[in-house]
Amino acid sequence: MSLLEMYRLMIRIRLLEEKVNDLYLKGYVPGTIHLYKGEEAVAVGVCCALELDDVILGTHRPHGHAIAKGIEPKYILAEVLGKSTGCCKGKGGSMHVGDISKGMLPALAIVGAGIPIAAGVALSFKMLKLPRVAVSFFGDGATNEGAFHEGLNIAAIWKLPVVFICENNLYGVSTPIRAVAAIENLADRANSYGMRKAVVDGNNVEEVWKAARDAAALARNGEGPSLIECKTYRHTGHSRSDPARYRPKEELESWLARDPLKITRSRLETAGISAAQMAELERDEARLIESAAEFAIQSEPPSAASALEDVWDRGREKMPN
Amino acid sequence: MGPRKGENAKLSSEGAQNRKLTLLQAIQEAMIQEMERDKSIFLIGEDIRIGGGFGVTRGLTDRFGTERVIDTPISEAGYVGVAIGAAVMGMRPIVEFQFGDFVFCAMDQIVNEAAKLRYMSGGQISVPIVLRLPVGANRRAAQHGQCSESVFMGIPGLQLAVPSTPYDAKGLMISSIRDNNPVLFFEHKLLYSTQGIRGRIDPHLPQGVPEEEYAIPLGKASVVRRGADVTVVATQIMLHRAVEAAEDLSRQGIEAEVIDPRTLVPLDRDTIIESVRKTGRLLITHEAPGTGGWAGEIAISVEESIEHPIPIRRVTTADVPVPYSPVLESAVIPGKEQIIEGIRSLF
Repeated sequence: MSLLEMYRLMIRIRLLEEKVNDLYLKGYVPGTIHLYKGEEAVAVGVCCALELDDVILGTHRPHGHAIAKGIEPKYILAEVLGKSTGCCKGKGGSMHVGDISKGMLPALAIVGAGIPIAAGVALSFKMLKLPRVAVSFFGDGATNEGAFHEGLNIAAIWKLPVVFICENNLYGVSTPIRAVAAIENLADRANSYGMRKAVVDGNNVEEVWKAARDAAALARNGEGPSLIECKTYRHTGHSRSDPARYRPKEELESWLARDPLKITRSRLETAGISAAQMAELERDEARLIESAAEFAIQSEPPSAASALEDVWDRGREKMPN
Repeated sequence: MGPRKGENAKLSSEGAQNRKLTLLQAIQEAMIQEMERDKSIFLIGEDIRIGGGFGVTRGLTDRFGTERVIDTPISEAGYVGVAIGAAVMGMRPIVEFQFGDFVFCAMDQIVNEAAKLRYMSGGQISVPIVLRLPVGANRRAAQHGQCSESVFMGIPGLQLAVPSTPYDAKGLMISSIRDNNPVLFFEHKLLYSTQGIRGRIDPHLPQGVPEEEYAIPLGKASVVRRGADVTVVATQIMLHRAVEAAEDLSRQGIEAEVIDPRTLVPLDRDTIIESVRKTGRLLITHEAPGTGGWAGEIAISVEESIEHPIPIRRVTTADVPVPYSPVLESAVIPGKEQIIEGIRSLF
């Protein structure tokens, strides 16, 4: 995939998140929101290294993962607004967006929970001899969860085709990772499991893409899992209720100066993409997000009766007798 | 002329009546037959390559290989999560906990993921997974002897099978494997070596275990013994003790109708309510502790459905962790005598 196409997806995420915030302030969003603004290069770099039938698991901050894996913005926004046309029919909301037909399981909002599940998705690929890869996204905070350690260990001992992506945005809600982990690079935890690791600039989409491409190729080739730590930063607080006053001003400013969109834009300029071309792309994406928001606002809420549906899958294998 | 078709069927069903298997063998036979039928089924758990905690998987590695009988690290949250991930992609894992008590190490995966993935996704995916839990007090104290089924009853998205006989265990296991939703399959350790209920039970109930595959639907209770005076609802080891209690009471002129729900989710409330309408009295007994136990759920379900109040009692384990010393264990877990007392108190 070209850098320009990656830039398009990053812009799409940025505009979607700004629209989500806007819709929230206007009272359209029934719940809270966790914005991916600032971390766009991670989801885009990773997902651009994957195929449609590779399967990802997102986090409670999943809008970026969903866009990067190819889910249309209108189905994400409709889900955020709790509408019947949302990708989960209004049952999951912002924190659980996903569409298995695009290779994204419903996102999991329990920190670290998707890590062993991704290993299980990978186990199914291995058992069925399918050349596919599973990817689990999680934050820095998840690396202190038992599920992280149990999932990584199992993936390593069974050489499962899975790539673990740690989005190290430096904070678990308000808690700085340096206060809860005594190591500089969280990727070092891969050493304990005999797993390959990489540490990349999570705001540089090309760097993320290269690491993910290599890890996915090795996984597909039967050479087991990798842990990639992407150093990044969330531009906003943890959720809408968090003004993020715990972050030093200089830290925020230095990361804003390293905005992944700015970095990519300057790379594109160097590569000879004209300002007009980029402006056109940005206009296209703005129109896409506007119409997606319109779709979400205009969509019907789910019927009250549908609250009782989808607990059980009433289909089953044929029973004897 | 050879025998008519109907006669053949009768002969074969009589043969099945005499085919004795233990509950352990019945569960194993169900898994073997299902694994031979469907390549998407695999077993996963600790030490299952050599039979697991109680020998239920013994010999299965030779038959199916280590690719389908997968030994895990001691890592319950890890391997349950792995099984869930494989299940959502179309596999049908059967997970063994070495002891049912270890399920609590994997609570998040079961309660927040397995139970909710389908619903949160708006019905996009299913989680066809069976979790096997050896439960029940057997002289191994508080962390190897709990009956934990009540804990899971209030989690929508989980089904609970609680077999009491080899016949039910095989049929419920086959249904659980073929169902597209999570099933927690509780296996009472003291019943593994039993071949069925001792005592007079309903003559229509199968005694042996047919060799061919059959399914017992989840959510269909079994009326184990007929009686007009009192309804007794019991599962697993308590079902066996309830039948013994009913035998004793029968000699004293009280006829108990004993019902085994067989699954707690889904729960066959109709069969229980129908019986209570006839008997006008209800005793519920389980090995799980009383407070927050499923007896309360059945009691209120009945109360909400009948026109006039009736006497209802429960006989359960005391609200204490399971103790070790045999004297202490039998002091808190109800036996036949406590069930008899409980039934008598309804009159």
